[in-house]
Amino acid sequence: MKSFFPVLVLALFCASAALAAPSGALAPFAGLEGNLDIAGGTAHIPVMNGAARNIMEANPDIRITVAGGGSGVGVQKVGEGLVHIGNTGRALKDSEIARYGLVSFPFAIDGVAVVVHPQNPVGALGKEQLKKIFAGEISNWKEVGGLDAAISLYIREDGSGTRETFESRALDAGQSAAKSNVVSSNGAMKTAVAQDPNAIGYVGIGHLDDSTKGVILDGMVPSQQNAADGSYTVTRLLYMNTKGQARGLTGAFIDYIYSADGKAIIAKAGYIPMDRP
Amino acid sequence: MPASATAAKESGQADKGPFAAFLAAGIALTGIVLLFAMVIAFALPAFRQQGPGAVLAWSWRPYQGDFGILPMLAGSMLLALSALALAWPLAVLLLCGMLPRGPAAAGRKGAGLRLRRLGADLLPWAIRLMTAVPTVVYGFAALFLLTPLVRRGLGGSGLCLLSAALVLALLILPGMVLVMEAGLAPRLQRLCPGGLALGFSRLELLWHVVFPSARKTLLASALLGFGRAMGDTLLPLMLAGNAPQVPGGLTEGLRTLTAHMALVTANEVGGAAYDSLFAAGALLLGVNTLASVAARRLARCSEPGAPPELRS
Repeated sequence: MKSFFPVLVLALFCASAALAAPSGALAPFAGLEGNLDIAGGTAHIPVMNGAARNIMEANPDIRITVAGGGSGVGVQKVGEGLVHIGNTGRALKDSEIARYGLVSFPFAIDGVAVVVHPQNPVGALGKEQLKKIFAGEISNWKEVGGLDAAISLYIREDGSGTRETFESRALDAGQSAAKSNVVSSNGAMKTAVAQDPNAIGYVGIGHLDDSTKGVILDGMVPSQQNAADGSYTVTRLLYMNTKGQARGLTGAFIDYIYSADGKAIIAKAGYIPMDRP
Repeated sequence: MPASATAAKESGQADKGPFAAFLAAGIALTGIVLLFAMVIAFALPAFRQQGPGAVLAWSWRPYQGDFGILPMLAGSMLLALSALALAWPLAVLLLCGMLPRGPAAAGRKGAGLRLRRLGADLLPWAIRLMTAVPTVVYGFAALFLLTPLVRRGLGGSGLCLLSAALVLALLILPGMVLVMEAGLAPRLQRLCPGGLALGFSRLELLWHVVFPSARKTLLASALLGFGRAMGDTLLPLMLAGNAPQVPGGLTEGLRTLTAHMALVTANEVGGAAYDSLFAAGALLLGVNTLASVAARRLARCSEPGAPPELRS
C-alpha cells in the first residue's frame, strides 16, 4: 500500500524565521539553498520530517521533500539519482552497493516488538514458542497458556525491514507460515492486531502504544531503553544512504541528523540515536 | 454485423465524426500495443532465467528461491468469480426495479405501484451515486464494520475470501447495473405499448421477451464486472489477508495478483522476485484483456437499438 500512497510531505514554513540568524546545529544551513529530496523506509519518516521542518524554518531558501515507499524504493531512488537521500531499515546488500556506489549512514536503533491484543492473557513467550507459533506448529492460544482460540498470524510483506529484523533476530532466520495475513505497514499492523483478539504480530518499538500489548520475549521486555542498552536483542539499525560521498545540502542534512538537535528528534520519534560511526 | 449497423441508423444513431473516432481509437490502440510489448518484454527474463516452471508454480517463498505465482492467479480468479456470483444476480434484480415505467402504469393505483415508482425513481440515483464512492472508502468501512462480524460469526481473522468478495461485489455492482440498463431499457420501452395491450405485465415482458433476447448484454455486463473485480488492488490488499496460498474455504486468506504486485514493489528493486512480478502482470493483463475483448464483442453484437428479429 505504501508505494500507492507515498507520503509526500512538503512543508512550506517560509515564515519570519528568516529574520533570525540560525544558530547552533542549524548554522551550516545559513548560506545554502535548493531542494533536498528524501525517500524510502517508512520508519524514518517522523525523523526526516522533524529535521526538515526545523531546517526549512531556519532557512526558507531550502525545500525538503520526504516520501515513503519502503527500503527497496529508497535504494532504487537514491541509486538512480531521483532523490538525494534514500532511507533503508536494513543494511545495504553487497549487490546494491556495487551496482549504485552507495554510502550508508546508520543513525538510529529501532527495536521490533512482538504484539498481541491488549486483552490477550498471554504476556510472555519463549523464543521456541514464538518460532512454533509463526511456523504454524502452535495454532491455538491454549497451547501457550492462553484462551482456547485459534491464533491469527499477522506478518509484514516480503522485503520489509521490520520483518527482516524480526525473522533474523526473533525467529533465528525461521520462516513464517504461508497462511499468515500480510499487512504492509506498522500502522496497518497495529490496526489489525488491535482489532483481532486472537492476533499476534510485530511492530517497531517506536510504534508500541496502548492499542496493542508488547510481549515479553525470553524475559526481555520490549522497550526503547532495553533496546538501547542491548538487553533487548530484536533490534535493527536505521540508515540514510547517499550516492557517493554526501556534499553540500545533503551533507549538511546528514550532519544535522547526527547533531544534538537531530538526536532529540530521533528520540522523540521513538528510536535510540547513534553517534556517527 | 450489417443488420445491427442498419438498425443503428434506423433508430437515429447516425455516425458523427468518424475521423475523431479513428484518431481516438488509434491512440488507444497504440497505447495498448505498447503496454503489452513492455510487460511481455519485462516478463521474459523471469521465464528465461528460471524457466517457466519456476514462475508458474504453486509456492511463493522468495527467501528459499520459490517464486511461483499460481496461488495468486488462483486467488484473483477465485475472488473475482465469487464477487461476480454475488453481484450479478443482485444486479439483475436491481435492474427489474429500476426499468422505466410503462404508460399503462399511470392509470393504476395502489401501494404496490407506489413502491415500484419509488424504486424506479430512487434506485437509478442510488446506483449512480455508488459509482462515485472511492474504493478506499469501501475498504476502510469494511475493515472496521465487516471483518469483525465475519471474525465473530465464522472464526479466523476476518481477513478472508468472504470479506473481500462481499465488498468487491458492492464495488462492481453499479457498473454492471448501468450496462444492463443501457442495453435493456430501450428494448422494454419499444415492447411496452403493444405488450401491455396484450395483457402482459412489465415484469412478464422483461422476463419472457427482453431477457431471452438480450443474453449477450447480460453476459457482457458479467464480463465487465469480472474484469473490474480482477483488476482491483486495494480491496483485496486490505481485506483478503494476502496469504500466498490457495484458500481452502470462505474464511481463509488469499492473495490476488494485484495485491501481490503492490506488496512486492514496496520493498524490492531487482532480482528474481521483482522479475516475477512482470510475469504476474502479464498474466493479469492477459486475463483482463480476454474478458474485456469478449465483453466488447458481445456488447457490439447485441446493439441496444436492434430489434430482436433483426439480429442474426
